[in-house]
Amino acid sequence: MKRIQTLETRNLVESAKKGGCGECQTSCQSASKTSCSVANQQCEQCKKQK
Amino acid sequence: MIHAYKLNGYNIILDVNSGSIHSVDDVAFDVIRLYETMEKDAITAQILETYPDVTVQDVEDIFSDIQELKEQGKLFAEDPFRDMAFDFKKRQSVVKALCLHVAHDCNMACKYCFAEEGEYKGERSLMSLEVGKRALDFLVENSGTRKNLEVDFFGGEPLLNFQVVKDLVAYGRELEKKHGKNFRFTLTTNGVLLDEEVMDFANREMSNVVLSIDGRKEVNDRMRPFRNGKGSYDLIVPKFLEMAKRREQKDYYIRGTYTHYNTDFSNDILHLADLGFKELSMEPVVAEPNAPYALKPEDLPKLLEEYEKLAVEMIRRRRNGNGFHFYHYSIDLTGGPCIVKRISGCGVGTEYMAVTPCGDLYPCHQFVGEPEFLLGNVFQGITNQSACDEFKLCNVYAHEECKDCFARLYCSGGCAANAYHTTGKVTGVYEMGCQLHKKRIECAIMMKVAEACDENKFQ
Repeated sequence: MKRIQTLETRNLVESAKKGGCGECQTSCQSASKTSCSVANQQCEQCKKQK
Repeated sequence: MIHAYKLNGYNIILDVNSGSIHSVDDVAFDVIRLYETMEKDAITAQILETYPDVTVQDVEDIFSDIQELKEQGKLFAEDPFRDMAFDFKKRQSVVKALCLHVAHDCNMACKYCFAEEGEYKGERSLMSLEVGKRALDFLVENSGTRKNLEVDFFGGEPLLNFQVVKDLVAYGRELEKKHGKNFRFTLTTNGVLLDEEVMDFANREMSNVVLSIDGRKEVNDRMRPFRNGKGSYDLIVPKFLEMAKRREQKDYYIRGTYTHYNTDFSNDILHLADLGFKELSMEPVVAEPNAPYALKPEDLPKLLEEYEKLAVEMIRRRRNGNGFHFYHYSIDLTGGPCIVKRISGCGVGTEYMAVTPCGDLYPCHQFVGEPEFLLGNVFQGITNQSACDEFKLCNVYAHEECKDCFARLYCSGGCAANAYHTTGKVTGVYEMGCQLHKKRIECAIMMKVAEACDENKFQ
């Protein structure tokens, strides 16, 4: 596409199908402790695939 | 739903429900922005008037590209999650993470401490090994099939009770083998007691360490003095540098707090980066609104500007080969959280709980000492089920205010403790926190777009 470039992202709709294993890190256990920042957490399933 | 914004010279379209991100030129930006509110002919006319060099065919091409992206589910994707079978109240949740308050005591006297110098509205106390072991047992017993369990040694200052920390890690390793679990221990410390032994132990056993410092010496020492009033900067910086070096500049966070006194906080982050730290985090202070150091509504424009300034400088440093990470800008676009996580949030009071030195359970560290949020204790388990049920509803769809927010799948509706302390409801919304978070998300995505442009990494 000439005027639109798309970044590679995880498809959230697709992630609903196999998501929710709950093995990922709790956000407040990393560095926050005062705000909810779930988007920073890595998916354990994706980590395994890498 | 889309969020279209311009930042640092980039035109960005975030497709909220699919999570897709597009970098577009000015013409496509305007077409996409108007796409759902105006007729095609009207959009075309407006575009031709605004951009004299653009032809009708150019606009046609953009419409065709939009159609293609829609068919791929990458633009104007519907929200299929709201009505999915995520009945959170009925959801069987397991406990997977504990914040262990091994010391309700501290060797510092930070002026903004929500733990009130470690005491949390109670008396100074240290967790006994017996209570700690029982807490780990409680975690294993309530974790179901979950393999990865997290325990953060927190306080007060946890190193005031270092022997118990060591003994609990050893006990956790025994439990791992017996129950097929994997404990991830973390330590949050002010660094005062960091010595050879602690560093060796932490590097062996802690999957992450959080090291507290606020930035420039004068900023840090104003809010983070010892009990005798002396500043802590000179003592802790060399220790933190050594710790970061020993951890090979990974699996740690230098974590600061900014307040009304340093609304130019990007300078504190850059100061820490200049010292040589690579993993940085800086959080807005949690404070009573009338505290002199509390962030004020009039600080907001400056704070938003600071986040942008930081993002631009981080891009510059990355390009020069001396980049660093900032917690809130570390978004993994391809390997980030699934939608269930994004909707359900931090797990406060359901998957995540705080344990006091006497074994009392609270929804998280920020609720400790609030009588109505006492959930039970590690010996008897959960006795206040109704409070837990309330936290099960702390998901993004529980907040009417989040319905039309582009950032909702990046914060899950925000921090329940912040919401409670500012609105009196755990399902409320802390408006200032939202403004800051939205800006951080915009910056984080912009940095990814910049990276993709630099490396020509588009689909």
